[in-house]
Amino acid sequence: MSKALLYDATICIGCKQCEVACAAQNKLPYNDAVAAEERQSDHKFTVVLTKSDKFMRRLCMNCQEPTCASVCPVGALEKTAAGPVTYDAGKCMGCRYCMVACPFGVPKYEWNKLAPKVRKCTMCPDRVASGKQTACAEICPTGATKFGDRDDLINEAQQRIRDNPGKYVPHIYGLTEVGGTSVLLLSSVPFELFGYRADLSQDPLPMLTFRVLSRIPDFVPLGGILLGGVWWITHRREEVAAAEGRGPKPAAGDHDGRKQ
Amino acid sequence: MKIKFTFWKLVFLFLMAAGLYATVVRYTRGLGGATHLSDQFPWGIWIGFDVLCGVMLAAGGFTLTAAVHILNIKRMHSIVRPTVLTAFLGYLLVCVALMYDLGKPYNIWHPLIMRNPHSVMFEVAWCVMLYTTVLALEFSPIVLERFNLQKPLKVIRGVVIPLVICGVILSTLHQSSLGSLYLIVPEKLYPLWYSPLLPVFFFLSAIAVGLAMTIFESSMSAKHFGRQLELPILQELGRVLVVVLWVYAALRFEDLLNRGVLKLTLRPGYEMYLFWVEMALTLILPLTLLSQRNVRNSAGGLYLASVLVVLGFVTNRLNVSITGMEASAGTHYLPKWTELAVTGAIIAVGFALFGLAAKYLPIFPEEEHAAERGVQLTAQPVAAAVLHHAGD
Repeated sequence: MSKALLYDATICIGCKQCEVACAAQNKLPYNDAVAAEERQSDHKFTVVLTKSDKFMRRLCMNCQEPTCASVCPVGALEKTAAGPVTYDAGKCMGCRYCMVACPFGVPKYEWNKLAPKVRKCTMCPDRVASGKQTACAEICPTGATKFGDRDDLINEAQQRIRDNPGKYVPHIYGLTEVGGTSVLLLSSVPFELFGYRADLSQDPLPMLTFRVLSRIPDFVPLGGILLGGVWWITHRREEVAAAEGRGPKPAAGDHDGRKQ
Repeated sequence: MKIKFTFWKLVFLFLMAAGLYATVVRYTRGLGGATHLSDQFPWGIWIGFDVLCGVMLAAGGFTLTAAVHILNIKRMHSIVRPTVLTAFLGYLLVCVALMYDLGKPYNIWHPLIMRNPHSVMFEVAWCVMLYTTVLALEFSPIVLERFNLQKPLKVIRGVVIPLVICGVILSTLHQSSLGSLYLIVPEKLYPLWYSPLLPVFFFLSAIAVGLAMTIFESSMSAKHFGRQLELPILQELGRVLVVVLWVYAALRFEDLLNRGVLKLTLRPGYEMYLFWVEMALTLILPLTLLSQRNVRNSAGGLYLASVLVVLGFVTNRLNVSITGMEASAGTHYLPKWTELAVTGAIIAVGFALFGLAAKYLPIFPEEEHAAERGVQLTAQPVAAAVLHHAGD
């Protein structure tokens, strides 16, 4: 069963305990200066944004079919069956295609290090594997961030929207965006207000490139046969011409070509 | 000419020195210290120019080997070697550029043992690796001849056709795949450039630039190595170039129309201006020039048109990789001087290596090769010029 997080912005009080717990879990520094930073970075994997009295969390969406994992040439990023999208710095060669490709702009880079790593929330894979909640869900004092099975959380989110008409934007962000994500969001104000794009495809993005890539196994033998065929025709034509006494000898001008 | 040669030598030496200093900065202070790249804008000119354009500029290699060996157009045989040399140097320099751009360059070999067949980058990595090997083999007879190693020479000559076929397939794959890299960012790349046809556009532009670069190079080497220009060959390349450009133009505008974004070409803004710069250089100016018979048949006209085409498609690839990505990134990217210095140095090294190879290796057809091949070339003056040049 795939795990997920449900964040309900209407319950959030903006205490930033999730930021604190996340930093501790990932061994990142956390102080007032970091707390004041309003965007994700190589040292801040989740951030609680504030707009007047509204809050919104941003973190890696841990997509069901992650674009980052599909583009990574060495498979450093991986979607685990449990839900988290993990990163193996030992494999990474630093091409940063994941950063270019991520529709949410999540992966960040350690630009000033000589052996830089891609940094992002990986949904506490070790904790999840041992049956625990993510650090942010565990510490949340109001239950705004809730950890559980994705299907259960979807039912619960739909229930909340049904039970409280007018309270929520009638949309679970992450239910279908780019094929669905392991982070689900509920809000009383439009998600775009906090930088979540409303124009994302409802289909997984990896199909866009795989549609092209999957043709390669057919293309290679076909191309080989075609080119070989054209070569045979052009040279055969010449041999025939030579045999009939027209045109140049076939070997001429072909010094690094074929043996006769 | 002697003075000019020295002037360019100085320019190249300056570029290389600046590049050397930038290299030190890159490897002591990291990408952050050496570039203007950021979390918002992770790919700059080292990818946009050095890799995307570098691979495109080296496309003459597969275009011309296919024309000569597969289509059996013998007239073009005399320009195969300089073109293969350019392609080989081009790919080597792309690999060098990657050593700067990759965050952990010492892991560049990882795609060899770690696989992800869903990744375009994985496919590009393999194709570039294999094609660089193919080019090394296609180039090897030149070196083997120089040292008169008959046995390996015989082996290579025996497998030229399979090599060329491999080269054409690998090139088709990765030239188009450089476009496919951007298929994954439909929401990020500006609609004037995002298209499901990106792989087709990148492939067609590689062919156009391959032809244009061959014309450009032949003209340049005619000037600097005192060779006679193979004008009839260049005229033929020019005619093919016109066809490729028209096909590209038709597809490009049909695609804009189909996706309903044709109106964006007239919406004033940063993107619109650069779109029209690109259009003017890739299509409008070269096609206007080449539609004139006297321009199409003159060495100068062909040279000018090919320079425009090369500049145009360089603009196109920078538009795809930089201009088109800026709006969604919410930032403007301008390369830092170190980025420019490294790119400049790589170009300078490319020219220098070409010059050295032309001086010490049988790149241009000499008397005996020409005679052996039975190709009617103006071998005498060429050989004389090469020998003369080898002296200075």
